[in-house]
Parts: sequence; C-alpha cells; structure tokens
Amino acid sequence: MHELSVAQLSLGLREKRFSSVELTRSYLDRIRALDGQYNSFITVDEDGALASAAAADQRLAAGETGPLLGIPLAHKDIFCTRDIRTSCGSRMLDNFVPPYDATVTARLRDAGTVMLGKTNMDEFAMGSSNESSFYGPVCNPWRVDCVPGGSSGGSAAAIAARLAPLATGTDTGGSIRQPAAFCGITGLKPTYGRVSRLGMVAFASSLDQGGPMARSAEDCALLLNAMAGFDPLDSTSSELPSEDYSASLQQPLAGLRIGLPREYFGQGLDAATAERIHAALALLEQQGATLVDISLPHTGLSIPTYYIIAPAEASTNLSRYDGVRYGYRCAQPQDLRDLYTRSRQEGFGDEVKRRILVGTYALSAGYYDAYYKKAQQVRRLIRQDFLDAFGSVDVIAGPTTPGPAFALGAKGNDPLAMYLEDVYTLAVNLAGLPGMSVPAGLVDGMPVGLQLIGQHFQEARLLNVGHQLQQVSDWHLQVPAGGTQ
Amino acid sequence: MVAKLMTVKQDEIEKIAELARVRIAPDEAAEVTSRIANILTLVDQLQAIDTDGVEPMANPLDAVQRLRADAVTEANQRELFQAIAPAVENGLYLVPKVIE
Repeated sequence: MHELSVAQLSLGLREKRFSSVELTRSYLDRIRALDGQYNSFITVDEDGALASAAAADQRLAAGETGPLLGIPLAHKDIFCTRDIRTSCGSRMLDNFVPPYDATVTARLRDAGTVMLGKTNMDEFAMGSSNESSFYGPVCNPWRVDCVPGGSSGGSAAAIAARLAPLATGTDTGGSIRQPAAFCGITGLKPTYGRVSRLGMVAFASSLDQGGPMARSAEDCALLLNAMAGFDPLDSTSSELPSEDYSASLQQPLAGLRIGLPREYFGQGLDAATAERIHAALALLEQQGATLVDISLPHTGLSIPTYYIIAPAEASTNLSRYDGVRYGYRCAQPQDLRDLYTRSRQEGFGDEVKRRILVGTYALSAGYYDAYYKKAQQVRRLIRQDFLDAFGSVDVIAGPTTPGPAFALGAKGNDPLAMYLEDVYTLAVNLAGLPGMSVPAGLVDGMPVGLQLIGQHFQEARLLNVGHQLQQVSDWHLQVPAGGTQ
Repeated sequence: MVAKLMTVKQDEIEKIAELARVRIAPDEAAEVTSRIANILTLVDQLQAIDTDGVEPMANPLDAVQRLRADAVTEANQRELFQAIAPAVENGLYLVPKVIE
C-alpha cells in the first residue's frame, strides 16, 4: 500500500479495497514503528487523523469523489494548523497552538486530505541540513548518519521512508528542492505568489513559497492542484488563475528546448553527480528534447545577494516574537526590555540569531544602501539572466545540489560552507521562478536530483517534463534501505 | 563608506544585538563578531558590481500592493487570540511595569 501512487490510492478508496481509516492507520503504524530512527515528525496527530479519515470515508460512501479525498499527508510544521501546535522548529513557538488555519492547510482539509502530523524542519526554515531544529536533527532514510537536507527535511524524509505519500514544504532558497534531492523524492517550488503564504510562518517574505513534495511529479501535480490559487488574504498572492497541473503531464517532449547553464556544471559540482545529471538529460534528449548551452552570468552573485535579502527580511519578520502576545516568554523578567531580550535570547537558536544580526546590520542606518539596496539591484540582474535565457529555451536544467547528502555534523559549525550548498537553488527564489527537483539516480548509494527551472507560472511545464522523465526511469521508485554504511 | 564595510567591530555587533533585542553573552561576543564578519566579507563581493541605473527589485514579479474596499470584513476575536498569550487581564496583554 505504501508504494502506491496517489492516483492508485484514490482508486483503491473509491473501489472500497481499503478505507481511509485503514490507510491512515497503516501510515500511523509505520510512523510509530519507524520514525524513531528518522525524527521526521515533530507532532503526530493520531486522533485527529483518524477522525478526518472517518469523515473522508463518509464522504466517499456518499459518492463524493476527489483526487485527494481520504489521502493521508503531512504538513511542514511551518503551516498553521488550528488547534495543533505549530512550532516552526523553534523553542520560540514550542507552545504555539494557532487559533486559525493557513490557507494551504484549510484548502487541503477541504479537499478531504487526512493530516497525519507536522514534520520537522530547520528552525524558522533557516538551514540546509535540518540540524538547526529545536526538536533535533532529522536523519536521512537512505543513510541515517547523513542529513536529509533542509529546511523541509522532515517532509522529505517522511516521504522517502514511506511514512506519508504526500507532504507540504516551503522553499525560500532551496528548502523544498534540496531535501527532495537528498532524499530521492520529487519536490516543486512554485512561482512566487502561486501558493498562498497566509498562515505560513514568515521567514523572508519576498522569497518564501509553499509547494508540494511527493514521490513522483504526477503526485506533486495532484497536491499542487489543491494548494495553488489566488488568496485575497495574502497581499502578494497572484490573481492569475491556477490551472489543472495534471492535465498536461502526458504531453510529449518533442521540440522542447532545455537550457543547460554552464555556470551550473563548473567547478564545485561533484563529478559523479554531474554524471547522473547528464544521464537524466540524455533520457530527456531521447524523448525529443534539445539540449542548449546557455549562460546565467550572475549565478555566483546569488549567494551574497540572498544572504543579504533573506536575513534582512527575516530580522524584520522575526521582530514580532517579543514574548508578549504568544510564543515563548522568559521566566521572571526584570523589566520590559529584559522580557523582550531574554525571551528572544532563550527562544531563538544560534543560526536564527546570527541571521537576525546580519539582517539588522544590513538594514541599519548608514549601511542600507550599500547592502540591502545593492542586493535588490543585483537581484534584478539575476532575474534578467533568466528572462534573457528564456528567450531561447523553454526550461532550464542542472543539478539541484553540488553533491549528495553530507554527514550529520559535517557542516554544522561552518555557516559559510552550509550556505554554499544552495548555490544552484537560490537564484530561482530571487527571480521568483518555479523550480523542481526530480530524482536522478544514486551516487554511492545516495540520491541526487535533477533541477528543472521554468518560466514564471509554468509549473505545468516542469511537472510535464518531470513526469515524462519518470515514464522512462525508475529513480523515483527506488526505496531507501536505511541504516548506516 | 565601502572601505568601512570590511571591518565590522565587536562594539558595532553589540550595538546591533541591542537594537535587535538579542543578547550576546560577553564570552561569545568575539566569536559571534568573527562569524558575522565572515558573512559580511562574503556579501561584500556585491560592492564590485556595477548597478548604476538598475532599479532595486523588491518583488520578483514587480507586483504592487493590491488594495481592497475599505470595509470591515473581520469579526472581533480578541478572546480567541488572547487565549494563547502568556499573560492577559481584562483583555489587555500584561508586561512588567514600565512606569513607576
């Protein structure tokens, strides 16, 4: 049952081969039995899940259909869930039980999905290894002494370990795509504004975007169908109508022009990973796509640009955590300033505090023009690179990461080494484009991902290319054996 | 001013920490400063890029703020929202005394 696609699960439910309660129980049993090794969940809501499943079974019995009705899933613990603790991986929100639902969780509930629980993540989504979580690191199901990637590491690990068939994630600089690559699953970061940010705890508001994570592009399309669309309650939500992302999955790739940015295949890319990427690209070529050499000349600047803009926006967003209205409050504050300072000191972890300081510095009087404004200008140059490239190609492809998952603890003490992990993913967020990672095979037993980058609002094209690749490869079907080597 | 960017000093970081209401323990100040100096050195490579005449980009789609009709759409849910506060009384959030 845990290897079935979402479409197969849905068919099984409608044909009464199993009920949603049975399906949900089987996942809850797996989580209970296996997640001790992975730590991919922060909260498991057994009672809530079984109640939702029972409700879904009633809707199914009444003849209702719906591609996600009765299907279990997991939400990254960054999406507010009414009456269920939403921690964002932080001590600051360890006691935070939201009085409302994120638009994403509400829409998926209305679609009849069954929430199994909330997945682990880097604190406030700041990290590329899931090691900054207040709830401890997540272990990669392919090899438990390796990181699952981050920040949506819990969602990626849960799918890889078959603890959930679908999960939500968020991506500010690669946080869906990089863990998807490291865990051998499929993950899509939609165009900025495609998925509502209401109730998604804010990190860097001009970069953050929620998206689907699953084993296949086909499953991601079903999840995106229910997530995407205009939300009047999110001021940056796009009014452009969303589409049926499943409709064009079967479209042949003949004539597709795929741009390969030479900056993504240069120094720093692991040789064995490059081989896997070229093998995946060759399969697309066999299906009629043409590979075109392109250049994105400002690629190298995406790291410094991101590491000004993201911390600047984070320092502003995280100023709301003051120990007054909700969240962590320190014991026995001496005065108001002590209340603010000590609640933040004790409630935030090191990486979060580091980014708040960098962001406050970059925005402070005398430095604003040199840092934040400069970064916003270079951000436009980075986007222009992509717009120019899309004049001659339909999609852009390359590695999602420079190599496979690294060992737990390997980069924990070196923020700069960690930042370099995101070199191929950051520019996509800066430019607001959709980006997807699809499995491209194994390097020494560990998965690597092929990244596909599309034009604004062309999620359907990316899912189509991913799906076609998955028709002629079985990398997305490979199951981790777990354990250590 | 550009030359000054390279040399962040410990007292500057301490002042920023104060502004951000994030306390740095005295025995950690030097290490925190050096880590932040490393990050600032990384980002300083932007200073070499010619951005004359480039409009800063705040939104990747160059979208502007959408406006709505100035009408009340939300109900008052004060009690629900205050139920998760650390300390409230008579509908007010409690903090340590500010004025003697």
